[in-house]
Amino acid sequence: MTASVGDPLRRNDTLLVVDTSPAVSYTARMANEQEQFEQLIDTDDRIEPTDWMPDEYRSTLIRQIAQHAHSEIIGMQPEGNWLTRAPSLRRKAILTAKVQDEAGHGLYLYGAAETLGVDRSELLDKLHAGRQKYSSIFNYPTLTWADVGAIGWLVDGAAIMNQVPLCRCSYGPYARAMIRICKEESFHQRQGYQIMLTLAEGTDAQRAMAQDALDRWWWPSIMMFGPPDADSTHSEQNMRWGIKRFSNDELRQKFIDATVPQADLIGLTVPDPELTWNETTQHYDHGPIDWDEFWNVVAGNGACNAERISTRVAAHDDGAWVREAALAHAAKRAADARSSEAAA
Amino acid sequence: MSSDWPAWEVFVRARRGVGHVHAGTVHAPDATLAIENARDLYTRRNEGVSLWVVRSSDVVTSDPDERHSMFDPAADKSFRQPTDFELPPDVAHM
Repeated sequence: MTASVGDPLRRNDTLLVVDTSPAVSYTARMANEQEQFEQLIDTDDRIEPTDWMPDEYRSTLIRQIAQHAHSEIIGMQPEGNWLTRAPSLRRKAILTAKVQDEAGHGLYLYGAAETLGVDRSELLDKLHAGRQKYSSIFNYPTLTWADVGAIGWLVDGAAIMNQVPLCRCSYGPYARAMIRICKEESFHQRQGYQIMLTLAEGTDAQRAMAQDALDRWWWPSIMMFGPPDADSTHSEQNMRWGIKRFSNDELRQKFIDATVPQADLIGLTVPDPELTWNETTQHYDHGPIDWDEFWNVVAGNGACNAERISTRVAAHDDGAWVREAALAHAAKRAADARSSEAAA
Repeated sequence: MSSDWPAWEVFVRARRGVGHVHAGTVHAPDATLAIENARDLYTRRNEGVSLWVVRSSDVVTSDPDERHSMFDPAADKSFRQPTDFELPPDVAHM
C-alpha cells in the first residue's frame, strides 16, 4: 500500500524529528534503580518480582505475606474441629469446602512469598519454631457449632475488611493472590452469617448458643485489625510503600459500622455496653478494647497457642514420608524414562 | 529439612475460545501430581476447562536488567498504533 504523506501523518513526522533518541534518554533517566522504585510507588504502579526493591520493602513483605499464609493454614484448625460434628450433610460439605479454601489461600500466599526469594519450607520451619506468627484470633477455641457461624461472619468479615485494600497492594504477586482470596472469602462470610441467622431463629437454646458465640468472638475479632494507630509501629512506612492502604483504626471502624446492623437484624446483641451510634461522626462509638488480652495472646498465652502449633508440626512431620516417597517415585520414573529412551 | 517438592507454574484456559493464562504456582513431585494439585487449587469453582503446568525452573524469562533495551525502542513508534493517525472528519470508519 502506498502511503500518501498528507495531513494525517504530519504530526507523526514531527514527533520523529523532535524526539531523537527516546530509548537512550529513558535509560539515563531511570539509571538509578531506587529512583525507579520510588517512581513506581509514586504513580501507584506495581512492583514485580524481578524489580529492584529496598531490602526493608522485601523483608516487610516476606514477614507480612508469611504471617498471612500461616494464618490461613492455622485457621483450618478451629473450624476443622467441627467437621465431623456438623449438624447436617449440607453443612458438613460447606464447611469442608471452606476449610479447603483456607488451605488454598495459604498456598496462594506461600507462592507469592516465594517470588521474593524465600522457600515455602523455610517459612514453615519458622512457623513451627515460633519465629513467625499467625493471627492471634486462631488461638481461641471453638466450643460450640455456633462458633463456626461466628468465625465465618466475624473473623472472615474482619479478614475481608483487611484484605480488600490488599488487592491494590504495590507488590504485584501479593495483590494478585489477594484478588483470588477475596473472591472466595465472601462465600465464607455469608455461610457464617447464615448459620447465626438460623440459630437466632431457632429455639431459646439455639439463640443462646448464637449469642454466646458472638459474646466470645466479638472482641477478639475487632482486635484482628491490630493495635491502635498510635501504637502501630510499621504503619507509616507501609502506607508510604502502598503495602497498607488504611490504618488499623479506620478498618476497625468500617468493620464495626458494617457489622452492628447485621447483629441487630438477627436479634443478637453486640457485647459492648458503650456501643452507640454517633450522629455527628456517622459512626458507632465503641467501648475500650482490652489490649492487655491481645498482647497476652500474641505472647503465646492464649487458650490454644500450644495446641495449634503442635497440631501443625505433627501434621508436617507425619506427612514427611509421603512427601519423600512421592519425590523418590518421581525420580525413579524419570530414571526409567531416561533408560528406555537410551535403549530405543 | 528441605524435601519440599519443586514449584510448577500453572496456566488455566478459562473457557473454550481463549488461551491459557498464568494463574500461579503449585508444588508437586511430578507432572501428574502438578496437574492434580493445580486442579484442586485453581479450578474448584469452574474457573477452567484445561490446564498447563510447567516446571518453574524450565521457564525462560527476558533479562530484567536489559528490559530498557528490549522494550523501550517500542516507545517512540507510536505510528504503529492506528490512533496515531488523524482522519479527516468525513471518514467515519477506517
